[in-house]
Amino acid sequence: MSVRRGVEVSIAVAEAAGFCDVDVVAAYPITPQTHIVEHLASLVADGHLDAEFVPVESEHAAMSACCGSAAAGARTFTATSSQGLALMHEVLFIAAALRLPMVMVVANRALSGPINIWNDHSDIMTERDVGWIALFAENGQEATDLVPICHRISEDPRVQLPVMLNFDGFIVSHMIEPIEQLSKEEIKTFLPDFAPVQRLDIDNPFTMGPVGMPNVYTEAKMAGEHAIRASYEPIVEIFKDFGDKFGRYYNPVESYRTDGADIIFVMMGAITETAMTWVDAQRDAGTKVGIVRFRLWRPLPADDFKKAVAGAKVLAILDRHFSPGGPGGPVAQEVKYTLYGTDNAPKIVEVVVGLGGRDVFPEDFDDIYKRAEAVLNGAPVPPFELTQVRGGHYGKI
Amino acid sequence: MEKFNVFASRLLPKEDYLCSGHRACQGCAEVLAMRLIHKALGRNTIVASATGCMEIISSPFPETAWNLPWMHVAFENAATVASGIESGYKALMRKGRIPQRKINFIAYGGDGATADIGLQWVSGAMERGHNMIYVCYDNEAYMNTGIQRSSSTPFGASTTTSPAGRESDGQATWKKNVTAIMAAHDIPYVATVNPSYPFDLFQKIRKAAAVDGPAYIHAYSCCPTGWRMRTDLAVQIGRLAVETAVAPLYEIENGKLRITQPIEKIRPVRDYLKIQGRFRHLKDTIIDDIETRLHQEYRALEARQAREQEEA
Repeated sequence: MSVRRGVEVSIAVAEAAGFCDVDVVAAYPITPQTHIVEHLASLVADGHLDAEFVPVESEHAAMSACCGSAAAGARTFTATSSQGLALMHEVLFIAAALRLPMVMVVANRALSGPINIWNDHSDIMTERDVGWIALFAENGQEATDLVPICHRISEDPRVQLPVMLNFDGFIVSHMIEPIEQLSKEEIKTFLPDFAPVQRLDIDNPFTMGPVGMPNVYTEAKMAGEHAIRASYEPIVEIFKDFGDKFGRYYNPVESYRTDGADIIFVMMGAITETAMTWVDAQRDAGTKVGIVRFRLWRPLPADDFKKAVAGAKVLAILDRHFSPGGPGGPVAQEVKYTLYGTDNAPKIVEVVVGLGGRDVFPEDFDDIYKRAEAVLNGAPVPPFELTQVRGGHYGKI
Repeated sequence: MEKFNVFASRLLPKEDYLCSGHRACQGCAEVLAMRLIHKALGRNTIVASATGCMEIISSPFPETAWNLPWMHVAFENAATVASGIESGYKALMRKGRIPQRKINFIAYGGDGATADIGLQWVSGAMERGHNMIYVCYDNEAYMNTGIQRSSSTPFGASTTTSPAGRESDGQATWKKNVTAIMAAHDIPYVATVNPSYPFDLFQKIRKAAAVDGPAYIHAYSCCPTGWRMRTDLAVQIGRLAVETAVAPLYEIENGKLRITQPIEKIRPVRDYLKIQGRFRHLKDTIIDDIETRLHQEYRALEARQAREQEEA
């Protein structure tokens, strides 16, 4: 049975992958993901996990080996961060297009330059178009629970897509948290053996990854689009089954104290936990403010999100990445896409916070709240703003 | 070998796994090498292919020339994809999920995919000791994109990115010796093959499949389109490449080198160069320099073979 114990999240996540009885782990070290694959390597070395650990020479090779392993019909796991994810970029599209089930943990970290090993979302947000299912966990318990959930989603015959599980580097990955870890036996009741829909099989040869000429490329892309959109229903069903079995229910979009909220903060990842503490204090003081966060990011749960923010007059959207010279942060862009043209759409205040490991404190929420409150009281909507800049946005450094 | 020449058609299996209907150019020696390789390997084989001529010509959806499980992911990583397939099969067989069987895992890349963009991936896969075969089909330039030079293009060859001109004699660097690089990984089996010597190729592929661990095969394969030569000379030029010491045939088995097609008297390299448009511009002095270096390299192979035989 599961026990609650204090453990580093990376170790708990690696244990969970081990309890999923993964067949192949192909990985390359990169901070802050490294503890995960180190622990998996030791599970294999100590005989606790019967798997092939493939210590490749780069992240591009890690993803390439994962493609081969998944195509062989093996349950496949890897983990990376930042530059490693960027180096995989080319292969990520192909893994999704080939409909190869696998799970990749991404301990989110800033992209160079300048080189920076600390947390933000620039690594994952530049990979939005790769065709993978993507989820964000806000704490260690959720990250650990999502490992078997991700494998089951990925391998579901209706889905057959790679899944990326994101959580904040260091802030979550290196935190020692009380985690209720499901046992191998418990996971076995939830995650059936991998039965691939197609595999490279000498008795049934087929050609995987053929040339797509202009006469079929569009149709192939459409098939991929259909597959990822259609994964929504199985994802929700699998979340529910996990909740029914183990008592922890997850949803594509989470709301916190949004009842009657005029202003809703929208964000992803671990800063939600700081935000919840801050919201509790605000609610105690009578301020009508709440939080909505995306757990599922691809496929984008647009309808759930619309329901979650219904009634709010202003959304304060916190991004951890932005497009230089472009339309601001990715979460804000996608929320605008979701709400554009809807009746009584809320106004949107966009801020970028917590770049490259800069801490986000409750006082930062005070500051953002003031901007949102001004808009609520009729002030014009300000342009997207990079907050926490010494000297101010576009100010003197 | 002599007796094989008489009964050639009976000594190679009839079955083909890379089948007719592919779109390779007339006179392509790569596709000929591949066809022979798969005759040697048989049906229990899984193929990972790099992006390149052989991928394009054999897999235009919804057609395929492959009668084997075949996978293409990207340009530089075929070796790694094959290593992943091998690892997946190894784990599944050990865990009893699928029956234990002997399966050949083979990866293909052209000279660009092997000597240039994919060198790291090939090196990694060879170093990690996977039970697989990597084959470089070397036609000495990026033919698929229109004859651009690679680090495997021979000295003096005119390509679209090393063109001969008033200030240029074509490729200015000597061909990178990828076979030696792979041999330096201390893997159990390394060999050069050439489809103009089908039985030599056949035996080497059988050996490569039999060794426990990685094997590297460097397949000399002419490209009449890129080499500016007559397509009906495709087999003959492979013979000339060996006889002139341009591409000697040898194997390195557990570190011991053996020349499998010894050359008694090296033929003048002009015989090889003059039938190819890519060398048309070469002056006599440059041809002499090429010949000198080829002879030196071949003598070095002979010396190594003799030294190792003596030690044994």
